[in-house]
This record gives sequence, C-alpha cells and structure tokens, in this order.
Amino acid sequence: MSQIMIRDRVPANELLHPGHLACPGCGGAIAMKLVLNTLGPKTIIVMPACCWTVIAGPWPQSSLGVPVYHTAFETGGAVASGIRAALDVQGDTETTVMAWAGDGGTFDIGLQALSGAAERNEDILYVCYDNEAYMNTGIQRSSATPWGAWTTTTPAVQPQGTIKKDIMAIMAAHRVPYAATACVSYPADLVEKVKRAHGTRGTRFLHILSPCPPGWKYPDEQTVELGRAAVRTRIFPLLEVENGARWRFTVDHPGHDVGAYVRAQGRFRHLDESAIAHIQEDVDARWEVLMKRVVHGT
Amino acid sequence: MKKVMVGNHAVSWGVKLARAEVISAYPITPQTQIVEELSEMVAGGDLPARFIKVESEHSAMAACIGASATGARTFTATSSQGLALMHELLHWAAGGRLPVVMADVNRALAPGWNIWTDQNDSLAQRDTGWIQLYCENNQEVLDTTILAFRLAEEVDLPVMLVLDAFYLSHTSEPVDVPDTELVDAFLPPRVARHRLDTADPHSYGALVKPDAYMEMRLHQQQAMSAAGEAHERFARDWSARTGRAWPALEAYRADDAELVLVTSGTITSTAREVVDGWRARGERVGLVKVKMFRPFPTAALRAMLRGKRRVAVLDRNISPGHGGIFAEEIRSALYDVPLDDRPALWGFILGLGGRDVTPETIDEIVVRTREAEGAPEREDIWVGVKV
Repeated sequence: MSQIMIRDRVPANELLHPGHLACPGCGGAIAMKLVLNTLGPKTIIVMPACCWTVIAGPWPQSSLGVPVYHTAFETGGAVASGIRAALDVQGDTETTVMAWAGDGGTFDIGLQALSGAAERNEDILYVCYDNEAYMNTGIQRSSATPWGAWTTTTPAVQPQGTIKKDIMAIMAAHRVPYAATACVSYPADLVEKVKRAHGTRGTRFLHILSPCPPGWKYPDEQTVELGRAAVRTRIFPLLEVENGARWRFTVDHPGHDVGAYVRAQGRFRHLDESAIAHIQEDVDARWEVLMKRVVHGT
Repeated sequence: MKKVMVGNHAVSWGVKLARAEVISAYPITPQTQIVEELSEMVAGGDLPARFIKVESEHSAMAACIGASATGARTFTATSSQGLALMHELLHWAAGGRLPVVMADVNRALAPGWNIWTDQNDSLAQRDTGWIQLYCENNQEVLDTTILAFRLAEEVDLPVMLVLDAFYLSHTSEPVDVPDTELVDAFLPPRVARHRLDTADPHSYGALVKPDAYMEMRLHQQQAMSAAGEAHERFARDWSARTGRAWPALEAYRADDAELVLVTSGTITSTAREVVDGWRARGERVGLVKVKMFRPFPTAALRAMLRGKRRVAVLDRNISPGHGGIFAEEIRSALYDVPLDDRPALWGFILGLGGRDVTPETIDEIVVRTREAEGAPEREDIWVGVKV
C-alpha cells in the first residue's frame, strides 16, 4: 500500500487537534485520528478512564472536535447505551455514539457493561485501543497483557504468567453484527473497517492494537514497525467477524518468526530463548484455532 | 381519579405522568413492581420512552447519566444492595449536575440477607450530592415523584425519592392520580441547559486541576442551597393545584409541645396516632416529620424545635460507632440554638431490618423521654431489642 493511496483513503477532515497530550509515538493517538476522521463530526465520544482521559486535554481544553463525555472506568458500554437512547428519543438516529476505551476498560473492569450493551445489541460503536496494560496509571498488567511481559505489577522475575484474553471470541459469542481487529500500522485496513462499522446498525466492536513506546519499552519511532510485526507474526491477526459467525482475514499474515518482535521490546528483555519458543508455540496453536474459525465461518 | 395502588405503582404512575423519556433499571426486591409496571407502560405505548434493561444497577445509573447528559428526562429505581452498587456513579450524576430522578425503596443491607425496610441504604449515600426526599404514604410517593423531576431540572441536581419497603412499596392505599393536564402544567418538558450536541461540541467531566475543582464543588453546594428554596416553591405550587401539601418539614401538634418526636417515612403515621393518644390525655406531645434529608432543612428545623424541652428522634438506621443518623444531623443543627432554648435530645434506634415499629414501641419512647432525669444516658438508645 503506497502512502499516496493511504492518504486518499483517510478522510481529511481533522478532528484531532494539536495540543493533545499523547506521548511521542503513541499508537492510541494514531488510532483516534484515523477512527474519528473517518466517522466525521456527527460523533459523540464516551470516554471511560484510560490514557485518553489525559490525552484529550484537561478542562477547559479539548483536543477533540466532537462532544466528549468522560466517565467512570467500567461504564463505557452503559453510558453509550444511555446516550443512544436519548438521541433515539429525540429522533436523532444519525449521530454515532462511540465508546472509546483502553484494554483495562474493555477486557477487565468494563467487560460487564460491554457485554450488557452487546447482548442488547445497542446501536453503538465500541472501540478498544489496546496497548496491553494499564499504561495511564504506570504500566500495570491487565488481562490484555501478553504472556511473558514485564509490567510494574508483573516484575521480570515473575512476568505475566497468563495468556491474553480472547476478546474477539467473547464479542463474537455475543453475535454482534460487526466486530473487527485493526492495527494503527495498517491505516487503510483500519479505515475500511471503521467505514464498515459506520454503515452497520447495532453493536459494533473494533479492537485496535496500539503500540506504546513507554509501556513496551521501545524507541518512539518504531510504533508502526512493531504494529506491523505483530500482524505479520500472527500475534495480532487482522480480521473481521459478522454476526459472530463469518470470520474473515483482511490482510496477509506471512507468519514471521516472533523472535524479532519480542527482542525489539524492553518489556520482554528478561525472556530467554526457551520462553520465546513458548510464545511461538502459543502463536502457532492460536493460529490453528483461528484458521478453523475462519474456514468454518466463510 | 382515585385508584387503589401499592407504593411501587405510585412511583410508576408518577414517572408516567412526568413523561420520563429514558428509563434504565435492574430488578431488586422490593423495587421490582416499579420497573414491571413501567415495562408494561412502555411496551403498551402509554409511556413513549426508551427502557434500557441493563445487566446491573451500576450500568442502570451509568445509562441514566448518558441519557440525562444528552438532554433526556431520565429515571431509575433501586433498593439496598443495588443502591450500594451504584454509589460511585451517584457522585458522577451529582457532580455532572444531571437531573436524574431515582426511587429508592428503603431496604436493609446484607449480611444477613434482609429484604425488609430500614434507611441505611439511602443514608449511606448522604454525601454523594443527591437531594433526598422521604415519603410517608403512597399519595406522597406519587406526588413526590412528579415534583422530583421539576426540582431536579430546576437546580441541575439528581433527586432520590425514598419509600419504605413493604410498608409502602407493597401496601395498597387509595391514591388520587392527577390529570395529565394538571401535571403537564406543573412540569413542562425538560430544557437542558447543557447537553451533548455535535453542533456545539464540548467536553464534559475532563481532568480538573486543583485550581478549578474546588469551585465546581462550591457551585454544587450553592445549587443544593437553592434546592431547599426551590422545593418550598414547588411544594406550594403543587398544593395550590391539588390541595395536597408535602413540605420539607411538617410540624404536627407541635406548637405548644413540650416533647417532640422527630420521624421520617412510615413511622410518621404511627407516631401521629401516638401523639393523638397523648394529646387526648392532656399531654403536650407533638411531632416533626422530616421529608427532606438533603439539603438538610437546618434553619426551619431549628425554628421548630427551639424552646422545646425534650426531643426524641426515631432512627430506623444506625451509623455504627456513632448513632442514629437523623439524630446526629439534628443535634448538629441545634448546636447554634442558645443553651436556654436548646432542647435535650434523645436518639432512639428502632425498626432495623424491617422490625415492626408499633404504637407501643413509640409509646415507650415517649415515656422514656418524658421520665428521663438529666441528660440522655447515651447517644443511641436501642428500643425493641431482645437483650
């Protein structure tokens, strides 16, 4: 995909303004820019506690050109449901209500409210920008943190010992009309998915891998490369699921060795070769499962 | 139109007449009839609202917050554990200056599991910034539900109306259901001062630094102060339209009383009977009913109790390690009354977890307060306990 084509496909109306407080190289900021510019100004954002609580800017400033409702950590799905209901009562079915939550607010504390909204098939878009830990509070582990990773609550001598929760399978089990993974390193793919979500009614879920330089411990300028490596190694496959049944890959996944991806990040520095081999085995095993879903669902 | 209805249905009818636009709720005994009736009203088209049937009380309040922030007239109902679960979001609603109305059916908290009435659930939410209105009978429940919306939307603060489990929630009484036209004239559609609007985008609830947070709390406190005055005005307006008055504080045969009982909720009705009995025997016993707990009607209460000799506060609640919560509030209010005019105050704990409060229970309180010599023996005097 050439840069010219990407630029053509990412809408130009800029709704993320300068002055936001994201760290250099923040994947979450790129994700917001791509998603919001695609959705356009008729969007209301529900913002449970996450990095973006800070990035959006302190009162009385806002870096976002749409209404933002900051709310409690675990309430993204529920507050979005309430806004949707009020808009419907007022006859506004056009405005998109988007919950914008991190992995903690989605995989952990917000899972119940998200499940409730998905089960009711609320007409909302729920986006999880996943940086694989509680980055805003200082890099504590979440259930989205990958096996083997260092965080401030999983020290190198006892790193994350559990596997990343399969949030896509959970959402697919709710049979929501549209769910997709995306990565900031694949902007054209991401934008297409936002457009598909935008054109679908009911609960739509986007899971966006958003690399985090301070949390993953890598130089700022490598965000796009690392995201790309996560996809090419099949650590983070890019796919979409319709009605919980039809699973489909949206890019190629050549299956590169995970070693380079892991070694590029300080959060995995303590891992020896056998640990890296374990990660590879897990990726291969999950890929086998996913291939069955994709084949079965096509 | 007179109808016989339980207290829970009085809430539902109040919500219907108030034309709530978004309802979100989760079932809990003994609140369930409120939401069941509202479900019927919405499903049948009698109430053109959206009813979001959420997966927890926490999400019920979160959905109400979203809907109210978008400008809709919004309602929920809960009880006990459900209210406790909502606690965090009660702050979000009040701090966000959202006029959500909620009915709380007063029920004791576990453990052990207890579905019967006491006030600890609502009183534990004292400092969340919600207006709290306690009701004595089903007519007051219906009328207060309607008034709650007008009050909330006037001062941009959430209102909790409170009714006793079973003694009101499941007890049938004749209730005068006001005409739609009367209610519409009293309660116009909500016009939100601020709302989520893509044509005029703003950020709500963002990070606020120490240089501004305190002023936001001051504004909230000023709105609470204004709520006392607004309630008085609206209660008078309602009274003019319906002939029914539900003041923040009601004095019953208290003008010349030497001993004044202070009550809230359904205990008030029992206490009225007891007061009548003592009056019939020539004893100067009176009653003050507290309807409004927040904002606390400090000045009016001081004026009513000033110069009385003895006050007995009946608390169907307990702040462990301190005492009855109404008694503590009233003691605090009376502190500024000069000593010569300041009544002695006895705080009684009774009726917890739905234990029956009979006329005999209250008679015992009158006797103990009348005959006490010197200061009260302790701040919390438990009555009706098996020891």
